[in-house]
Order: sequence, then structure tokens, then C-alpha cells
Amino acid sequence: MDLELMINSLPKLLSAAVITLKLLSVSLIIGLFIGLTFAILRLNRNIVINKFAYGYSYVFRGTPLLVQIFIIYFGLGQIEYLRSTFLWVVLKEPYWCAIIAFALNTGAYTSEILRSAFQTIKPGIIEAGKSLGISSKIIFYKIQIPVAIRQSLPAYGNEIILMMKGTSLASTVTLMDLTGVAKYIISTTFKPIEVFIVAGGIYLFMTFIIHNVIKFLEKKYSFN
Amino acid sequence: MELLAFGDTGWGDELFYATLMTIAVSITAMIIGFSFAIIFTPLKLSKNKLLNFIANSYTTVIRGVPELLVIYLFFFGGTGAVMYVASIFGYNEYIEINAFITGAFAIGIISGAYSTEVFRGAVQSIDKGQFEAAKVIGLSKFAQFFKIILPQVLRLAIPNLSNVWQITLKDTSLISVTGLVEIMRQSYIAAGSTRDPLFFYSFAAVLYLLLTFLSMKLINRLEIKYSRGY
Repeated sequence: MDLELMINSLPKLLSAAVITLKLLSVSLIIGLFIGLTFAILRLNRNIVINKFAYGYSYVFRGTPLLVQIFIIYFGLGQIEYLRSTFLWVVLKEPYWCAIIAFALNTGAYTSEILRSAFQTIKPGIIEAGKSLGISSKIIFYKIQIPVAIRQSLPAYGNEIILMMKGTSLASTVTLMDLTGVAKYIISTTFKPIEVFIVAGGIYLFMTFIIHNVIKFLEKKYSFN
Repeated sequence: MELLAFGDTGWGDELFYATLMTIAVSITAMIIGFSFAIIFTPLKLSKNKLLNFIANSYTTVIRGVPELLVIYLFFFGGTGAVMYVASIFGYNEYIEINAFITGAFAIGIISGAYSTEVFRGAVQSIDKGQFEAAKVIGLSKFAQFFKIILPQVLRLAIPNLSNVWQITLKDTSLISVTGLVEIMRQSYIAAGSTRDPLFFYSFAAVLYLLLTFLSMKLINRLEIKYSRGY
């Protein structure tokens, strides 16, 4: 055990953890919007819209995140047309490519979580709203969405933790996030166990915080 | 399409073998994962606090740390660890561990943590009466477990195990960082030498989709088989 290395690498790893958290929060916010949109599309009766939304979540859940990042970072740059549009400003930055991939990926999982939450809402709740004379639009926004969000909290908490682990793939497109810095330190010092303990500890700490925040929210918004 | 031709001119055969490699690593990792689950599930369910703590640390740490970090640990640390163990037995030569074994082991440990949780959940949701009834009719401990409990555990566990399989299959793409030539690595090589990353990575995505689709079909059959009588 090389305690000195562990202590010396801690500040570097902690500042890299900030990048991990930035990647995570930005992609979660975008992903939540994508997820909500596609969950609503999945409830649409139009078969084309429905199949399109299903296809999106199927493709993004059925392929590894690494492939998705590589297609966006290495693949899209190959299309000449894209290079001349404003999109190129975004796509030439590995940071934004990673965020696009993460957001699309978590969006697919989130859409499934929210869809199943929408479908398990008790019909009585909607009927109660109707019998009070509330318009169906307001029922959707003020009753169905809040109830669905409450119901999907546990599953969404898991998704946040999975996504936090997913951000480690940003290191494959040259970003120096927590895993990227950990790998750099390992490959220069050849002390994999020490670095793993420190970096893994930081990840576990973040998991612990997320887990407890979700637990707190679950309690706060519980029906009883 | 020429890019996918078999033989020297295209990448078809290389990608085909790479797909076989992905399947082989996934299955090996899944089996390693099951062996971990067989060890850790009883520990998780045991009443001994120490054993409980060991099993809980295993599943919490592995499920809370990114897969890539675990792979780096094994990739950079695996050789050192094996050589250290070998040196205790008096063997001091350099030992090179094969990328397949390192990769399958790293993914297997991850997959094992998820499988452990699945099996724990399945065992806990079996009615207590089943254990008691098995005891009461005088079955041996062995028969109790294999004839009464295990079939029911499998029925409950298969849907969740199919999720574990999907995670494992997708995680194998991460082993490409260690140089094992599976779908991802082969696509990387092909993309590099043809300068056509969009095509090859999209094709890799199609291959993964195909694998997940086909394995879901197979697992559905298993599910039907194990839920006979329900």
C-alpha cells in the first residue's frame, strides 16, 4: 500500500469528480426532457408515433453506451454536410458529444420508466379528476405527471446511479473525468489498487449521496 | 457493402469472428458471475453479521463503481496480482495474462454482483411454507434445495437474469480498451484503416442489437419452460 500516492492523488481525483458531476447533471437534465417527451409519445394512439418512440428506446437500450459515444464523436464528424452547419460547433467538442450520447441514452431509459409509471396510475385517480370537472389537459399536467414522477422515483434513482457510472465512458473520448484521471495516474505509477480505492471511494460516496437524496424525496412525496 | 465482404478485401469475416468473441466473453463472464452469485447469495441471506457484511460490501462496491474502473483495475493490476501469488510459490518469471481471461473475469465479477442481488430477491420471495413443507415430507437437505427451492428460484429469477445478461453483453464492449478483439475493438480497427467510423460503429450497433434481440427470444422460451404450471 502506497499511502502517500493515495493522499497525493486525492485532490486531482476530486477535481476530476467535479467534471463527472457536471457531465452527469447536464445529461440528466436534457435526458429527463427527452424521456418525458418520448414517454408521452409512447402513450399516443397513433401507431407511427408510438413505434417511433418505441424504436428509439429499443435501439438506445439495446446497444452499449460506448458504441453510441463513438458514433456521435467519431462517426458524425465524417458527414461533410454537418461540418458546414452550426452543429459542428457542438460536435467537434468531445464534451458535448459525450453529453449528447449520455442524454440520449438516459432519455431512452427514462422514457421507459415514466411510461410504465403512467400506465400503472390507478384509473380511479383520473376518474376522480374527471368527476370534479377538471379538463383532461389539466388532469394530465397536474395529476398524471406528478403522480407518475412520484411512482418512478425509485427506478429513476437507479437510473441516476447507472448514468453516473456511464459518465466514466467520457474518458474514452479524451475527457479527463474521474475515471480518465484515475486511468492516467494508474498508467504512470503502476499502482492500480491504491488508485482504485481512492477513485472507487469517491464514486461510492457519490452513489451514497444520490441514494439518500432519492430516499428522502421518496419519503417526502409518499402518499401516506 | 464491399466493406463487409468476407476475405482479404472486406471486414465481414473479421467482424463475424469478433461477434463470436463477444458472445464467448459474455457467456464466460456470465458463468463466472453465476459462480460468484452461488458463493455470495447464501452469505447475503445468512444470519451471521460478518458474512453478511462481506457479501454486502461486494455487491455495493461493484454496483457503485463504474465498470470501466473495474476493468482498468484488472487490466493494470491483474498481472501484478498473479505474479505476486506465483512468487509466493517460488515462480518469478514474467506472467502475461490473456486479455480474454482478464476481461471475462472483470465483467464476470460485475455480472456476479447483479446476479447475487437477483438470486437474493428470488429466494426471499419464496413462501416460507415451501421450505417447511419440503422439510416436513422428509426430503434430504440436498433434495429440498434442488427439487423444491431451486426450480422456484429459477422461475422468479429468469426475467431479472435476462436483464443481467443484457447488461453483461453490453459491458463486454468496454473490454475493447484492453485490446481484446471483440465487436468494438474490431470496428475501431476497421474504422481506423478505412476512415469510415460512421459505417463501422453503426454496424457494430446493429450487431449488438441483433445479439440482444436474439438472446431475448431465447430467454423468453426459457421463461415459458420454467413457468409451466403457473
